[in-house]
Amino acid sequence: MKTLKKIAFALMLLPFFTSCSYNKMVELSEGVDAQWAQVENVYQRRADLIPNLVNTVKGYAEHEKSTLDAVISARAKATSVNVSADNLTEENMANFQQAQQGLSGALSRLMVVMENYPDLKANQNFMDLQAQLEGTENRIAVERNKFNEAVRMYNTKIKSFPQVIYSGWFGFEKKPFFKADEAAKEAPKVEF
Amino acid sequence: MKYFMLVVLCVLSVGVMGQNIPERPNPPRLVNDFAGVMTAEQVQQIENALVKFSTETSTQIAVVTVSTLDGSDAANYAFQLGEKWGIGQKGKNNGVLILVKPKYGKDRGHAFIATGYGLEGAVPDAIANRIVDLEMIPHFRQNDYYGGIASAVTVIMQLTRGEFTADEYAKKKSFPVGLIVIIVLVVLFFVLGNKSKSSTRHYSSRGSDLPLWMLLGGMAAGSSRSRGGSFGSFSSGSGGFGGFGGGGFGGGGAGGSW
Repeated sequence: MKTLKKIAFALMLLPFFTSCSYNKMVELSEGVDAQWAQVENVYQRRADLIPNLVNTVKGYAEHEKSTLDAVISARAKATSVNVSADNLTEENMANFQQAQQGLSGALSRLMVVMENYPDLKANQNFMDLQAQLEGTENRIAVERNKFNEAVRMYNTKIKSFPQVIYSGWFGFEKKPFFKADEAAKEAPKVEF
Repeated sequence: MKYFMLVVLCVLSVGVMGQNIPERPNPPRLVNDFAGVMTAEQVQQIENALVKFSTETSTQIAVVTVSTLDGSDAANYAFQLGEKWGIGQKGKNNGVLILVKPKYGKDRGHAFIATGYGLEGAVPDAIANRIVDLEMIPHFRQNDYYGGIASAVTVIMQLTRGEFTADEYAKKKSFPVGLIVIIVLVVLFFVLGNKSKSSTRHYSSRGSDLPLWMLLGGMAAGSSRSRGGSFGSFSSGSGGFGGFGGGGFGGGGAGGSW
């Protein structure tokens, strides 16, 4: 009899509990989506800077055409890979990251080449662009960290007890993290 | 067990993240000279100017000097510190952090200006970069930390003034202040005009005297900035600083090293 009472009591409490953590799961999931938008935003910002950068560099470094072309094609590739927030799977994430990494690599090669052009480095326009590019890389790093933080909170929530039992029923699935890039851990930087 | 491990992981990762960043000062202060590169009066002068600025505009400009970055790069350190202390108002995200790590012998000095989300438009990265390169580092090279920080602060105040207004401040303005202000200014102008030139020590420039490089760059475009405060000419910062508001940082800003 006593156990029956306990079970009944637990059943009575269950809806409360469930609705509470259900809302929390929705909230955290929305948080991840919003943060993903921020991430895409800052990557887009970087892509938007590139035409300007390429044009400025062109005037000074005609014969670095291959490096510049590499940047342009990497940019085209990076902007073609778009992942919407409700489509965040490990695989999509990996593709996205790979395309963006290609652009990071091409950009840092360009920055290394620029070392050979003192006139260009002294150009105010180029210095501004460089500051903007560094700022964008910083923003990318910050937003990626915040995204990972949001995903970590969400994943922790859906994997914890008791949500782990029913999170799957409502379609709450584990979301992927940004993995640290091997090649592009550091934002491209040019020391003067 | 899994749950437990996750909780441990959470706690650990939070611990690791904020490991080397100094705690938020208590009582709150906008100028925190942890590296000890300024005199107490210099710190107080900048503090007074910044407190006044933050009560007027709600924009919080914090100055932090540290003797070591603990191996982190200046940008990363600045964002973490800004976020941890919550410089700027919540929702407005109008905080600016000026981080300085002095040069010690061969150990390079670093300076970074981090702008909160809300001020990325008023102080774009390229401008932050120029402030560091042209206003701060030249002074820092001569070991004049106060001079570099003070002139950076002056420029940033001029750039961000008008971007945000303190809500209470705006309310007070509802009666015709304009006329009174003009009358007072005219009177002051005549009364003090001759006297003050020689006696008062004005630290900074007027609002319109933006540095030459900025005027040349055509960056001073836009609304006429109102008068910049003159540092040092007012004594006690009445009331003091009320505390950081919880503003966020998204990676805006720029820095340099020397």
